[in-house]
Amino acid sequence: MTDAILKLDRVRKTYTIKQGLFGERKPLTAVNDVTLSLGKGEVLGLVGESGCGKSTLAKLLLGLETPSSGEVLVEGRALHDLDRSALASRLQPIFQDPYSSLNPRKSIYDIVSLPLRVHRIGDAKSQEKAVREMLDVVGLPQRVINSYPSQMSGGQRQRVAIARALVMRPEIVICDEPTSALDVSVQSQILNLLGDLRREFGLTYLFISHDLAVVEHLATRVAVMYLGRVVEEAPVADLFERPGHPYTRALLSSVLTPEPGLGVPETSLGTAYPNPIDPPSGCAFHPRCPHATDHCAAVAPRPVETQGGRVECHLHDPDSPMFAKDAA
Amino acid sequence: MTDATDPLTREWQGPTPRDMLVAKVKGHTGLLIGVGIVGLLTFVAILAPVLAPHDPYAQSLMTRMEPPVFLGGTWEHPLGTDHLGRDYLSRLIYGARVSLLIGAVAALISGLIGTAMGVAAGYFGGKVDMVVTFLINVRLAMPVVLVALAVVAILGGSLTVVICVLGLLLWDRFAVVMRASTLQVSRRDYVAAARSIGASTPRIVLTEIMPNIFNNLIVVITLEMAHAILLEAALSFLGLGVQPPTPSWGLMVSEGKNMMLFEPWLVLIPGAVLFLLVLAINLMGDGLRDVTAPENRS
Ligand SMILES: Nc1ncnc2c1ncn2[C@@H]1O[C@H](COP(=O)(O)OP(=O)(O)OP(=O)(O)O)[C@@H](O)[C@H]1O
Ligand SMILES: [Mg+2]
Repeated sequence: MTDAILKLDRVRKTYTIKQGLFGERKPLTAVNDVTLSLGKGEVLGLVGESGCGKSTLAKLLLGLETPSSGEVLVEGRALHDLDRSALASRLQPIFQDPYSSLNPRKSIYDIVSLPLRVHRIGDAKSQEKAVREMLDVVGLPQRVINSYPSQMSGGQRQRVAIARALVMRPEIVICDEPTSALDVSVQSQILNLLGDLRREFGLTYLFISHDLAVVEHLATRVAVMYLGRVVEEAPVADLFERPGHPYTRALLSSVLTPEPGLGVPETSLGTAYPNPIDPPSGCAFHPRCPHATDHCAAVAPRPVETQGGRVECHLHDPDSPMFAKDAA
Repeated sequence: MTDATDPLTREWQGPTPRDMLVAKVKGHTGLLIGVGIVGLLTFVAILAPVLAPHDPYAQSLMTRMEPPVFLGGTWEHPLGTDHLGRDYLSRLIYGARVSLLIGAVAALISGLIGTAMGVAAGYFGGKVDMVVTFLINVRLAMPVVLVALAVVAILGGSLTVVICVLGLLLWDRFAVVMRASTLQVSRRDYVAAARSIGASTPRIVLTEIMPNIFNNLIVVITLEMAHAILLEAALSFLGLGVQPPTPSWGLMVSEGKNMMLFEPWLVLIPGAVLFLLVLAINLMGDGLRDVTAPENRS
């Protein structure tokens, strides 16, 4: 894909964790050589269990963390070469918890107009006009402009956060679980709003979620993350019809059970999520994989191109002794 | 896209944060009492030249050690006179100036030092945090009273020296509390949002972080003000603080202590106002903490 608007090239982020009072320092690889690209207007859903590195990836894209290695490219230019205002006008976040993402001491006007004031776009009058327009766009009544976050419900707050993200008209929006802190009844309204806004403004989304069902509505492509690695990436229809990676299948089967949304996907993922400080050898998924063999424990699978996507599993690698033609 | 039937956009407006603050202040007796007493004493201190019936320095050997009116004295000297015949009420009124000045300026100096250190440590973390934590530990290992005594003994006691010494010694609690609050607040997503917007570090610290840790700062300011006032009294009592003939409550207690058994009011009156002021400041601090505590999630 040459017209990628956002590209990650073998991006890795390693934190150093100190265990105990005098404990040794150990590396924790939160994002492990992730390569992804987003075309203009695409919605890439990024799914995975808690702690697999989704938020860390979002922070790397937003420039809130610097990669330990690899590179993030925005419209072909390295992220660390862009100055803050150039980056801010292209890329904006929407966070998970609208109770934490709005400053309780500021009025809605101050919150939504902050990007305009920081970058000195227009005068006070045009800024107010822009804020009022944004309130309309996200479906908030004009009179909330002088309210404070404590006077609003979770759904309203999330709309304010969306207004703040869009007031500079960015091209890319990084949504980090934008609905998982909301009531179920409000979730679909916010999802629909995000869908409408995408069409209206021609936005590109990176949509992070731990819930495949949420991603299915909005995404055009899906990347599945496990322990810092993207283990499968495919167009949304292909992924739901022909999941390649055993982990994707496990996630899907938990969504397709008669009672979806009942807690964390558990069905075929018996053993617990591994400790990221001490990841399993070979394929990181092998302790929980129903198809695992000694080969999986010894050798890490390499990414294999499939139609329209990519998967990291020995079952799909023609060069691997485990290659199974009927795997897909 | 505004939809009147959308439950999200339904009429629902709680009180503004300001309304809630006003309501909380009105309902908090301790805060009102504390603010009342501190306000009254500040008023008295500022208007001392007008309110004091006599010159606090004027000695009169003819009228030494007159008792206060409630112990059989005259209204000429409502709280009596000291061993040099100076009017006790006037000295008490001028003494409020010393106590409040030292309390306010020492708390201001140490507040600036401690807040700058604590916020920097909490926001930047890493090496900055290590250095600040080290400085805090060094400071905590020094006994304040001993260091103050030593410095004042070397430099000589005066109002300026006492203010500077206390201002440079009492920043530890500011640094500790501001560091912890900043650490907590800078993890909130609105700080990440401001950084993603491209706001500068000073702007983030001043407009996103400071307003949200200000309630903790106010509490520490009041605590340290009371602390500084008590330390000044202690230093003056030991003869190493404000020097005679300046009227200071600590000095008045010190000068009266020789006659404590025969004329206990010489010690009790300045002791009581000192107690009252410190109590009122603490009531004010507790009250401010209560009313400015962040509101619960709706
Ligand atoms: N600043 C940090 N220092 C050390 N470790 C960190 C840091 N931030 C994240 N991690 C670790 O990196 C891993 C990935 O965290 P991350 O927040 O990206 O997960 P996530 O996929 O977003 O999870 P969730 O679904 O719970 O939000 C976790 O093991 C976490 O403990
Ligand atoms: Mg997360």
